[in-house]
Amino acid sequence: MSEILVLVDHGDGAVRKPTFELLTLARRLGEPSAVFLGSGSEQAKDSLASYGAEKVYVADDPAFGDFLVAPKAEALAQLVGSVSPAAVLIASSTDGKEIAGRLAIKLESGLITDAVDVNAGSDGAPQTTQSVFAGNHTVTASVTKGIPIITVKANAVTPEQATGAASVETITVSISDAAKTARIVERKERKATGRPELTEASIVVSGGRGTGGDFGPIEAFADSLGAAVGASRAVVDSGWYPHSYQVGQTGKTVSPQLYVAAGISGAIQHRAGMQTSKTIVAVNKDDEAPIFELVDFGVVGDLHKVLPQATDEVAKRKG
Amino acid sequence: MKIVVCVKHVPDAAADRRFDDSDHTVDRTGVDGLLSELDEYAVEQALTIAEAADDAEVTVLSVGPEKAADAIRKALQMGADKGVHVSDDVIHGSDAIATSLVLAKAIEKLDYDIVLCGMASTDGEMGVVPAMLAERLGIAQVTLGSELAVEGSTVRIRRDGDVSTETVEASTPAVVSVTDQTPEARYPSFKGIMAAKKKPVESWTLAELDVAPEQVGLAAAWSSVSATQMRPPRTKGQIVPDEGEGGVKLVEFLAAQKFV
Repeated sequence: MSEILVLVDHGDGAVRKPTFELLTLARRLGEPSAVFLGSGSEQAKDSLASYGAEKVYVADDPAFGDFLVAPKAEALAQLVGSVSPAAVLIASSTDGKEIAGRLAIKLESGLITDAVDVNAGSDGAPQTTQSVFAGNHTVTASVTKGIPIITVKANAVTPEQATGAASVETITVSISDAAKTARIVERKERKATGRPELTEASIVVSGGRGTGGDFGPIEAFADSLGAAVGASRAVVDSGWYPHSYQVGQTGKTVSPQLYVAAGISGAIQHRAGMQTSKTIVAVNKDDEAPIFELVDFGVVGDLHKVLPQATDEVAKRKG
Repeated sequence: MKIVVCVKHVPDAAADRRFDDSDHTVDRTGVDGLLSELDEYAVEQALTIAEAADDAEVTVLSVGPEKAADAIRKALQMGADKGVHVSDDVIHGSDAIATSLVLAKAIEKLDYDIVLCGMASTDGEMGVVPAMLAERLGIAQVTLGSELAVEGSTVRIRRDGDVSTETVEASTPAVVSVTDQTPEARYPSFKGIMAAKKKPVESWTLAELDVAPEQVGLAAAWSSVSATQMRPPRTKGQIVPDEGEGGVKLVEFLAAQKFV
């Protein structure tokens, strides 16, 4: 069976959920092998096995943490060169897409980014689905040259467990000086909020200009549903909520089971980031806000009244 | 300090964007084009760096059809010094890989310390061209800066990653990309608009860049689109006014959908 490489997205060995989604997709195409770059592979091994990784290639080099993207792309290229996989799957994260871009040039291989689904086509090669133009169109594509390199958006698939051998193969990579030019001189981990990761959450509650900068009702309602918190660009530009929570064309694209838009008018740039959510509800004072064209359910009213009442109602129902 | 800013002419995101049924490329007919909003941030950063330097020159580079000249003109009106427009019929349908090849070949013909890009185009939205350029040019990749500072030959950015915020530093030459968290782009002044008319714009073809026609265009793309489909519009659901019970009604809906 053909080997599919999955680049593991992790923080010091703690594997992030999109990696399990990639392993799930990889099993549709062949036999998944995880590629673990950095330290902490011992900790990651069991979880990778439980999502079907047959092999775990491990390489560690201080350059992976000290320099931006290029060393990882170089290591991955060396591994691909020696094992000739049928495809390489990478998470559509900030680093992931750039690693994929560099890898495509190095390997002279075709690249597809931000796939929302991957399947084996009639010839067995991966066929991808992408959501483009603010989610208004879907595109079916495949790579026609070299080894397909595909980055996949979070939530493309529900991770399914499967037993894999996860036999570890330590590989030696050599990182060139040319890859060590953009030095990471400082790294600040974002403070944990206790809420799910925005791009991975099954429910997202977002606030817009209508919050007036008060995210209390948004956070409280999100917590009652176990949801992640998002924000519109207007909110982020005003400094009311951090940039990393921005949903939209230039922020995160989310595709949760439920998206709650509160005080968000629904400009095209915002729609681009949430339009493919399964169910959408909105609360907005303006009954002509474009967001209402998208919703399954909408309340025309003040979010500062509607959300606290909804939060209480959820608590009541949960008893 | 020589700065090359790469800009893209894109269909207006507010317009009804679609694909050409015959070859699945972006159909540009009847849709207004403009300088990609996200590239305006790169132009702004280039101008800010140039203003702080003693002797700086900002060159705007665009690869694209005839209309791409409008994007270059806009950047010149904002204050860039000169333009280079790479245009060739065979480029139509090029993917990011071919685009990065043409850009890299053009950049190599120019003098540069910093190559500045936006974070992504507003049409293709891949966001990979800056990384590809750094790979092709063999220089430092300092990308997705939400803040950019240049001191002498050192460039430094703040990069807001998915889980952490990083400070990344490199010596020039470097490929730098900036996000929409950097300051808003300036509007062209009347003086700027007048001055832009006299600024030089060179037109280059692929032959001048040593790029073979077989290396670009739709046929040379390393991936291929087999179908494009318009997503059916979402149907508008139930909208209720809040008459004191809006929150309860909202939760009733969510409970019926099994979210509560």
